[in-house]
Amino acid sequence: MDQKVTAAAIEKTSLIGQRVKKPDAPDKATGKTRYINDMVLPQMLIGKILHAGRPHAEIVSIDVRAAEKLPGVHAVLTGKDAAGLKFGFVRDNVALKDKVRCEHDEVAAVAAETEEQAEQALRLIKVKYKDLPGIFSPEDGRKEGAALIHDNFPENKSLHFEFKHGDLAAAEAASDFIADNVFKVHHVTHCCMGTSCAIADFDNNGKLTIWSQTQYPYNYKMDLAPALGIHPGDIKVIQPPIGGAFGSKLDAYPYEPIAALLARKTGRPVKVMYTREEEFKSSPTRQPAVIHMRTGCTRDGTLTFRSADVLLDNGAYTSWGPTIPVVMMRTTSGHYRVPVIDFNAQAIYTNNPYAGSFRGYGNVQTTYATAQQMDMLAEQLDMDPIDFHLKNAQKSGETTPQKSFLRECALDDCLKTAAEATDYTKKHKQYSFAREQAGRYKKGIGLASSIHNAGGAKIHKSDGCGTILKVDDYARVTVITGASEIGQGIDAVISLIVSEELGVPLEHVSIVNNDSDIAPWDVGVHASRTTFIAGNGARRAAQQARTQILKAASGFVGIPATELDLRGGFVVQEQCGTRVIKLEKLLRQMHFHPKPELVMVTDYYEPNSEPEGADHISDHSAAYSHAVHIAEVTVDTYTGEVKVDKVTSAQDVGRVINRMGLEGQIEGGIAIGLGYVLSEEMKLENGMLQNPCFRDYKVITAPEMPELDLYFIESDCAEGPYGAKGASELPTIVIAPAIANAVYNATGIRFLDSPLTPEKVAQAIWEKQQAAERH
Amino acid sequence: MMSLNKEINFKLNGRPVSVTVPVTMKTLSMLRDVLDLTGTKYACGEGECGACTIRLDGITVNSCLMYAVECDGRELVTIEGLKTEKALHPMQKAFVDHGAIQCGYCMPGMIMQADYLVENNPGLNREEIQRGLEGNVCRCTGYTKVLDAVTAVVESGE
Repeated sequence: MDQKVTAAAIEKTSLIGQRVKKPDAPDKATGKTRYINDMVLPQMLIGKILHAGRPHAEIVSIDVRAAEKLPGVHAVLTGKDAAGLKFGFVRDNVALKDKVRCEHDEVAAVAAETEEQAEQALRLIKVKYKDLPGIFSPEDGRKEGAALIHDNFPENKSLHFEFKHGDLAAAEAASDFIADNVFKVHHVTHCCMGTSCAIADFDNNGKLTIWSQTQYPYNYKMDLAPALGIHPGDIKVIQPPIGGAFGSKLDAYPYEPIAALLARKTGRPVKVMYTREEEFKSSPTRQPAVIHMRTGCTRDGTLTFRSADVLLDNGAYTSWGPTIPVVMMRTTSGHYRVPVIDFNAQAIYTNNPYAGSFRGYGNVQTTYATAQQMDMLAEQLDMDPIDFHLKNAQKSGETTPQKSFLRECALDDCLKTAAEATDYTKKHKQYSFAREQAGRYKKGIGLASSIHNAGGAKIHKSDGCGTILKVDDYARVTVITGASEIGQGIDAVISLIVSEELGVPLEHVSIVNNDSDIAPWDVGVHASRTTFIAGNGARRAAQQARTQILKAASGFVGIPATELDLRGGFVVQEQCGTRVIKLEKLLRQMHFHPKPELVMVTDYYEPNSEPEGADHISDHSAAYSHAVHIAEVTVDTYTGEVKVDKVTSAQDVGRVINRMGLEGQIEGGIAIGLGYVLSEEMKLENGMLQNPCFRDYKVITAPEMPELDLYFIESDCAEGPYGAKGASELPTIVIAPAIANAVYNATGIRFLDSPLTPEKVAQAIWEKQQAAERH
Repeated sequence: MMSLNKEINFKLNGRPVSVTVPVTMKTLSMLRDVLDLTGTKYACGEGECGACTIRLDGITVNSCLMYAVECDGRELVTIEGLKTEKALHPMQKAFVDHGAIQCGYCMPGMIMQADYLVENNPGLNREEIQRGLEGNVCRCTGYTKVLDAVTAVVESGE
């Protein structure tokens, strides 16, 4: 036995639920981190894109001769260079266009020695267009005889989704109250602080290396390959640090194959990076939608049915946006116990910018409707909203009509916790009474809740994540994981989990997850899945390593492995914490033994969930969770300004892993949701964006951020790592209707159309006053 | 395109610098593309987001709005100049410790502005810090942990 065992015993401690710093934060705080936007490669050229700047047109001719002759220019590409290389969800897009279908359509691209040369070359390209009448709303797109945006998509129809459950007519007949409204939710965009950027380089064997912002590296290869006419296996994806993603990097967008096409043509690395104006105009959007929703209940407050007829503005091409009904229908059918469901969604092509994935993924739009209708019905019933919500809240063990199995359901707890923390019922009554009294400033309180997948979402055949873990001779651990780091903090979560299992300091865990040739498969950062899926993978890999280490230790020291533990960089006796051997010494003994072994393990974790089938009946996530937000606002009835005073959030997180990271996700999620409901709006006039800058597109800044009161409900998810559930989308989903309900409580006015800008609120208040005066 | 060049001399993070830059070049480009100091970020190029905030003669400015030639004879501090050899600057450390950094892209500018605020306004309260950081856009954090970090620095008196 080791001679240094006389040193002090090491007590068992746990990091689960503690506050752990992001390992990359010091380099980010000091400016040392090189983001993709900061990268320069030897011999690198700068690529620039000529956007159409018109929503719908035929390209009559393009003359690039002058641009090609400009000193410093190495390549000029047009539609013919990408002809036939269709890519995208339904193969309706090409990197460089032969027809213009939206304002930002990529018509030509250049690669030059400097940015200035590239920009000047763009100005020398002469394009003759024949403008076509445009379609700027899904309503117009589906009119009979409407011009076709894509010849092969009749009636401008993109994707369609449907789910029906139960007898709708009977349920309607049995309802005493029905809320029946048309909600309209608007275009917003991600506004990542690091603008879109890609660097591409081909080697002489035809293999592409692309430095990318993707949050989805393995599927990204499949998305990108057809745009270049190469095999996905010939693409290596490197993921440098990026300035935010929020869903926007879940797809391949034309600037990425353009960088690659330019690189192939020039034989040199090419970097394409958007200006902020390009970023606003050319990025994906959150899908705007018209939602005709109806929710019924009986006199005693029992929900009877919910129907949703959703019309989606697809935009010019099909990215992830038109698939959001997959999530919309889960909310329609699963937000409270609703026995009868009728869901129908159709996406229609328009000449607007096209929609992608954005944090909350359809649930933001749907919950804006469902949660307001819950509020409306409570009022019609003259029932305390909390009682109404509690009456219909699912309990653990229930299954939704789509067969989402709510194994651990904490909706009750979330509702009660938030209501109690805010004195909701009392304030709600008080403010609805006060709104009829005189006074410029009106206070309101609003509650909203929702459900979201919290254990991945099996929208592919796989929802898994691979992990490779090695422990070296110095007891330093390297975790090679498929999970991407986009700022959300999976680096801290994995370090924490591995440290917990192997008893090594956090700083001794390194994560490698930025090279698709090294890291194994993962389905990307989306669906609030990474802590759950990659966290489980890291834990399982670490447990394998732990078993191997303890077995070896047992052999050396003669104590059964079950009586040993790993703590503080030592093998210790489980019961008393007495040190048995220093971990790094043990690892070297294992390595240099006559029967040598290294600690290197692999794990592939595939969650216990079912693929989303065509009938949409499957338990598609390994866990589900709920959140309740209560917003308290002050409305200035003169200016229409809605000041958010406080947001109280109670969310079922399963189990807190990294408390600091979790808080950050909830806080940031709320901020994006607040921007959505209060101030952000892409102002489109005939498909052309009128406000492509931060001055005119108002994201939430520090002064608008309200006081936050966060409650984490720990339902202890059987399948999650240490009981954790995914958490990062619900805050963005729930906040908007909480604000709308609070504004109703303050003013008596329903805002079915988002956002609640001061102009819109002031106008509605004025109209209400005019109507009152007429009576 | 002809571009006139000018030699300028200034102090950058405590050291003298001499560079020749096109007169049309912005300070942000000079820092990033000529001097390879990429901690100062481009995010809007129009003075609307604060990601490129640096100190010029002690005052915070948007380096994307300033011509490089305007730096001649002056003193610049960038995010790279805050840290000492041994330790993070107290504001940088507070941002790290309080979890204020997620993607971190806006944080160099945010930290520069926060440091300036605290240095020039002793005893700031939370609301004043919020107002003082209004020009720095962050899309990840919801500012809450940023405010926690800055408040902690104010309270520590460092």
